[in-house]
Amino acid sequence: MSALLKVDGISKRFRGLLAVDRLTFDVPRGGIYAVIGPNGAGKTTLFNMIAGVYVPDNGTIDFAGERIDGLTPDNVCQRGIGRTFQIVRPFPALSVEDNVIVGALMRRTDVADARAHAHEVLRRLDLFDKRAQRASSLTLPDRKRLEVARSLATDPKLLLLDEVMAGLRPTETDRIVSILKELNRDGLTILLIEHVMRAVMALAGRILVLHHGAAIAEGLPAEVVRNPAVIDSYLGAEDI
Amino acid sequence: MPFDVYLNVAVGGLLTGLVYGLMALGLSVIFGVVRVVNFAHGEVMTIAMYLAIVLFSALHLDPLIMLVPIAAVLFCFGYALQAGIINPFITRAEHMQFLLLVAIAIIIINVLLILFGPDAQSVQTSYSYDSFQIGKLIVDATKLYAAGAALAVALALYGFFQFTTIGTAIRACADNYTGALVVGLDVKHLYALTFGLGTACVGAAGVMLVLIVDVTPSLGPAYTLLAFVIVITGGLGSMPGALLGGVLIGLTEAMAGLIFTPSAKSMFAFAILVLVLLFRPQGIMGKKAA
Amino acid sequence: MMFSRLFENVSPRALVLMAALLIVLFGAPFLANDYLLTVLILILYFAYIGQAWNIMMGFAGQLSLGHALYVGLGAYTAAALYVHFGIGPWIGLLVAVPIAALAGAFIGYLAFRFKVGGVYFAILTIAVAEFARVGFDHLAWTKGSSGLFLPVAQFTSNDLWLLRGQPVMFYYILLVATVLAFVFCRALLQSRIGYFWLAIREDEEAARSAGINTFRYKMIAVTISAAMTSFAGVIYAFYYNNLFPEQVFHISRSIEIILGPIVGGVGTLFGPIIGAFLLTGMSETLIAALHAVGLDIPGAKQVFYGICLLLVIMAMPDGIWPWLARRIGLSEREK
Repeated sequence: MSALLKVDGISKRFRGLLAVDRLTFDVPRGGIYAVIGPNGAGKTTLFNMIAGVYVPDNGTIDFAGERIDGLTPDNVCQRGIGRTFQIVRPFPALSVEDNVIVGALMRRTDVADARAHAHEVLRRLDLFDKRAQRASSLTLPDRKRLEVARSLATDPKLLLLDEVMAGLRPTETDRIVSILKELNRDGLTILLIEHVMRAVMALAGRILVLHHGAAIAEGLPAEVVRNPAVIDSYLGAEDI
Repeated sequence: MPFDVYLNVAVGGLLTGLVYGLMALGLSVIFGVVRVVNFAHGEVMTIAMYLAIVLFSALHLDPLIMLVPIAAVLFCFGYALQAGIINPFITRAEHMQFLLLVAIAIIIINVLLILFGPDAQSVQTSYSYDSFQIGKLIVDATKLYAAGAALAVALALYGFFQFTTIGTAIRACADNYTGALVVGLDVKHLYALTFGLGTACVGAAGVMLVLIVDVTPSLGPAYTLLAFVIVITGGLGSMPGALLGGVLIGLTEAMAGLIFTPSAKSMFAFAILVLVLLFRPQGIMGKKAA
Repeated sequence: MMFSRLFENVSPRALVLMAALLIVLFGAPFLANDYLLTVLILILYFAYIGQAWNIMMGFAGQLSLGHALYVGLGAYTAAALYVHFGIGPWIGLLVAVPIAALAGAFIGYLAFRFKVGGVYFAILTIAVAEFARVGFDHLAWTKGSSGLFLPVAQFTSNDLWLLRGQPVMFYYILLVATVLAFVFCRALLQSRIGYFWLAIREDEEAARSAGINTFRYKMIAVTISAAMTSFAGVIYAFYYNNLFPEQVFHISRSIEIILGPIVGGVGTLFGPIIGAFLLTGMSETLIAALHAVGLDIPGAKQVFYGICLLLVIMAMPDGIWPWLARRIGLSEREK
């Protein structure tokens, strides 16, 4: 498998604090890749650099063979990277359907086409019946799925998911896991930040463990969770 | 034009600027804590101006002596305004807050118009035409007194915020609203206090401005705008910034009035505002947002 | 295709209401006396500009407090061309509208490139309008602060081409403009651009991450809004026949413009229209009522106006139209 996303030696510093320290990893095309690590490990900063919110201080990010570091968020999205936010940000006063139509319109000029596409996406994420509700009236799990739906509607090749399972009940987690598996089977590459190890183990083909901005382990899930450094700094023996 | 003309005008502008600074300080304090932009700031100031005029013409009370009592009345006014009307709006959209304060401004302007009529009024104190001379420098006594009083009020306010328990509590509210609620601070009361302090500031500034300018009910909007220009130039939420901005704008207006034409002086103030917004949006003394 | 799309999702009930309103408005001059006609002209004027302002604030979420700038630029350009060169307003429009659009684009470019947002953006718009006010006060070509006057005669006929005529002509021009603006705004709102604007209004960062070039769409909003507003300025110049910078560009003109749409309901299509009717109507009623009780001293009307405004916004924070739409049984989407 070739790499869809190549992150090569990127760093980011905020006022002396090294948030991300020379990270290098590849996300294989068609794979599901997870980034784990304790709070403050630099996971969201990493995401924001890939998504174009921050420009890395050093290093390069390649997507589908082209440099994307330094592009603006809208440009990154147009290249085919969709994202969600850790603290969900749907468009509150718009309906569920309109939220997704906004995403769908990125690659479509006709609103009717976009609506049809939005309906398709909403069905996949079990939100079709709630399409007329205001986004602000949804429950947290629904809002998280709405964010996934909005970015899926932009037809991304790579989806960045920032803790979409946090705060969900186990059955809700399982539902999202199965939705993501299905999307992945249809060809979507996924990069996720996640704390819920149950979901990570069920989904990820490879895992990267961050600690204080640096990678302390990378590899297959089974290897990573046995890595003493990882257990020591993050997992704790009882979680596995 | 000889150099001492420029110098005299500059010093006059600087002194007026300090009074402007105190006026803007009120706006800055309110925004810094309550996060509401007081679009009725200049109108509130005209209330204080008319109070000073009435007290002077009816009872011959000198505005500088009445400074503290008038500021106290304005404090109560501001407290009641925030607690009674503005408080429900603090979580609403900016344009709703704007509209609310515009409505309040309209009411203030026109109540003053009904009570005092449209004609300009002023206060002629015994020292209205006094001046001090240092070499070639001539300084108007009224401007000097007013600027001194403005500095004193600003210092008192600064001391209040730094060294009193309530002042510290108010700063805590400004830093972290939720945190303040969690530790059990009465945020509504503190907000009203802050609004009161802001209006007291602008009230004090108004009393001093009565010595310098003629007062009409429609004076408000221009001073509201001026306060904005100053506060944004100096840095919204920064107390020294407000005073510095006031001095800078006061100087600019005075020099522009001298070199070009007095009627164009506000153009220069707005030009400064636009430049600051573009190149240093946090203002001269403002902290850069993370 | 485009036309039929406009009526998508509109219930028969809403259509009947709109048709009735239109018939009343088109027939009004036959029933109204001169005074009522001038009031209706004022209402339509504010409804039209409110609609234009709403594109910026209600759709794209950019609070402009300086829309008098665009009115003034439109008015002054068309009037000066007429006074100096005898160029009629419809040709003058071809100059006036681009000038205002450029001014809007200039403000937008500065603000959006330098990331001036929220309250700061609002203050910037005021500052530029004030700058223009003082500037025009000193601009000899438009007669500075002494005012620019269009030649007036007792018009017996209406010259639609030169806009010289009786109030009824201006009434119909503004009515057509208001209807067109309404239809145009609805079309915008239902198009791709409308969705992008709403996304930007709701959450700019999330909009960017959904692939929207927010700079470009905010620029489009300011430019369209400024261009539409300047048309009202041209009409203003030819209706009132005199222009003073102190009046045209004044901050209180900018405030008047935005009161209607905010009171009526920001971001709604009917909001600016309802707001204009209510506020102008309220203002005129107050004059009559105060006169009747012998209280018509200067300022009294404005005090009551301010109090009414205060009560309306305290009682209906989302504006009147969302509340009214629920009352008359229209659906969420028709707001």
